[in-house]
Amino acid sequence: MMDNLLDIENLWVRFPSRQGVFDAVRGVSFSLGRERLGIVGESGSGKSMTGRAILRLIRSPGIVEADYVNLHGEDLLAKSEKDMRAVRGQKISMVMQDPKFSLNPVTTIGDQIIEAYRLHNNASKSEAYAKSIEMLNAVSIRDPERVMRAYPHEMSGGMGQRIMIAMMLIPNPEILIADEPTSALDVSVQRQVLDIMDKLVRERGMGLIFISHDLNLVADFCDRVLIMYAGRIVEVCEADKLHEAKHPYTRGLLNSLPRLDAPRDRLEVLKRDPDWATAPSVSGRT
Amino acid sequence: MTMLDIKNLNVWFGTARDRVDAVKDAGFSVAKGESFGLVGESGSGKSTILRAITGLAPTWSGDITVNGDRIDQKRPKSFFKTVQMVFQDPYASLHPRHSVDQVLGETLHLHGFKDIDKRVVTLLDDVGLGQKFRFRYPHQLSGGQRQRVAIARALAPEPTLLLLDEPTSALDVSVQAEILNLLTDLRAEHGLTYLMVSHDLSVVGHMCDRLAVMRGGEIVEVMTTDTLRANQAQHPYSQSLLEASI
Amino acid sequence: MSETQSLRAWLLTDTPTSRRHARLSAIYQGWLSLRSNTMAMVGLGILVMLVFIAAAAPIIAPHDPFVQDLGNRLAPLGTEGHIFGTDSLGRDILSRLIYGARITLYIVALVALIAPVVGLLVGTVSGYVGGWPDLILMRITDIFLAFPRLVLALAFVAALGAGIENAVLAISLTAWPPYARMARAETLTIRTSDYISAIKLQGAGPFRIITKHIWPLCISSLIVRVTLDMAGIILAAAGLGFLGLGAQPPSPEWGAMISEGRRFILDHWWVATMPGLAIFTVSLAFNLLGDGLRDVLDPKAGE
Repeated sequence: MMDNLLDIENLWVRFPSRQGVFDAVRGVSFSLGRERLGIVGESGSGKSMTGRAILRLIRSPGIVEADYVNLHGEDLLAKSEKDMRAVRGQKISMVMQDPKFSLNPVTTIGDQIIEAYRLHNNASKSEAYAKSIEMLNAVSIRDPERVMRAYPHEMSGGMGQRIMIAMMLIPNPEILIADEPTSALDVSVQRQVLDIMDKLVRERGMGLIFISHDLNLVADFCDRVLIMYAGRIVEVCEADKLHEAKHPYTRGLLNSLPRLDAPRDRLEVLKRDPDWATAPSVSGRT
Repeated sequence: MTMLDIKNLNVWFGTARDRVDAVKDAGFSVAKGESFGLVGESGSGKSTILRAITGLAPTWSGDITVNGDRIDQKRPKSFFKTVQMVFQDPYASLHPRHSVDQVLGETLHLHGFKDIDKRVVTLLDDVGLGQKFRFRYPHQLSGGQRQRVAIARALAPEPTLLLLDEPTSALDVSVQAEILNLLTDLRAEHGLTYLMVSHDLSVVGHMCDRLAVMRGGEIVEVMTTDTLRANQAQHPYSQSLLEASI
Repeated sequence: MSETQSLRAWLLTDTPTSRRHARLSAIYQGWLSLRSNTMAMVGLGILVMLVFIAAAAPIIAPHDPFVQDLGNRLAPLGTEGHIFGTDSLGRDILSRLIYGARITLYIVALVALIAPVVGLLVGTVSGYVGGWPDLILMRITDIFLAFPRLVLALAFVAALGAGIENAVLAISLTAWPPYARMARAETLTIRTSDYISAIKLQGAGPFRIITKHIWPLCISSLIVRVTLDMAGIILAAAGLGFLGLGAQPPSPEWGAMISEGRRFILDHWWVATMPGLAIFTVSLAFNLLGDGLRDVLDPKAGE
């Protein structure tokens, strides 16, 4: 039994609508240790909803239900909204897909980082400034003084995402949830951002939940992978064994990718089996 | 026979101090029936070339020859019967208040077709959607279905050159496979020429016969897909791209 | 029962089978989401009632609104035969309110026909064409915007002469610039979108793009804005009436009624208060409906 940071049992996310209740996540269970856990799936598979549900960031009218969502044995679902705010950021941080939407466009990056730091720490302005520079250095930003004075729109996508990561890491969270953090980036930049995240997670012994649609990326980057389909986990496997996955859905996804080293006239098309959606969710707990 | 010939193409935005050169002195040619890829990272100017060909980026200089006709700044209506374009984001390229029937019907009407009803039916069948999608609105369609509608719209005037601007980058991989297969089939059936833009080397490798690698608005290398596969790209930038995508 | 069930299913289908079916289905879905908004339904209910009252005024009204009865002037609320009392000339206030609904509706309908249409035209053309036409049209808009609304309307009425038609014209002339601004702003974002690029690639000209592709997207937010502005329009009309520049006596326009009543406001408060309450109710109804419509029609808030 590993030392589990997060333990989730039977998580549901429901959206009541006029046509009836839509279940975005249906009875998902998994645990997270000090590891890099990947969640892959197509759009609509509920992978992002799972990440948001942990932080209770599902907007009304959505409902989050679970037997428990335990962080160090404390049920997050039982906490008040006020206590939850202390968890978000302090204990669990989240990095979103597009940094442009997560940064305030009319404030300099420096002010935003300093503000985030002072929100969580009782520090003077100059202390916070020094700490911010240190953080930007940690995410391999050259010339951090200049970046501190810049506005978000002056940053490229890769820079923006690194700044987001720096901000998320300031309160020293135990868990980082990254929702498609590199999808908006070019391949070369993608690698750099991943390397930075990897280094930080390792050095600080954090748990990372890495949500992505990119199978190859997850296979490369994570330790363990949950494959989600229609709101359920259909398969759990070690990341380096992802290419030997058994479930026909995972196999289908892998085969539908065009490959440079194995040219084909036609790509394999995924045939969806209705049984996949009704089969019980596989537990991702260790 | 060349379908598309581009020489000394420059595209810029803004004037004087704010001028940004998006494409610098680009040149390549695409043979009839060929599928040609433009690869590069964001901001490399690959999509801008497509927009210059179609006239959506109005400030350009150089020579663009389509099917033997040199293009002026103002494009005649007949131009759009030869060249059509599929956009990157199927969520943004369909009018939110127009049904599939309206989208295709209007396109056919604009190109002066008379048997609109019959053609809408054929187009929907061609892109594998079928009749039950005919009266739906975009919000009732999935991303893949929307992209099929966008492809049907591009096929409506029966063009010979299809410009594909990252047609699958907004889609899931399983849907990407379906769309890429559809494009392969359509090219064989209608004898189309493709000019495809993508940031994904494996997609271009799958779809195209030849490709050009772009960086910072310039074409750094033109090669065949086989050269790419054999790992014989000459330019260091092409090599680094290849490395990053395997 | 089963028939209504199947009709509902037919309307809610995701796979419409004809153009008409698709349109009806879209309308029904919009109606359902409007219906779920209680306050909007209250607003709609009041307005439907207003239309009904205006249409059936001769039947409903207990008295002739113009008949004076000087022996029974300024009768208080609840007087026998005059529930809302009588005014300074002994006319029944309730009857005058009921007939006044016609005038209010007339003003509202005319303004709603003129101002948004002018605004939409100016705004979309200006936004889509750009360049110097944009510059000229927007500066004209700015000039109109620079004057306080009522003052400008006053100037127009003073020049054109007092009367309901001129009041409507004056209000419309002062009401269009905000719509033009809004339509232009929307056009600027719409015109760079991919679906406009796509239709350009089919060889569509500016006229078709503006009327068939940009208008349908601007109209919904315009409708919302107009319903929200209706309250202001009614008040402006009442204001002109109050100043004696709108409807002329003895016409039972609500603003003019308040104006008449103000002389007795301390001793006979109901003469001015009753038409005031009517204006308040109708303005509120339009605002509630506008809020509800925004939820249904605004494409940005949807999904």
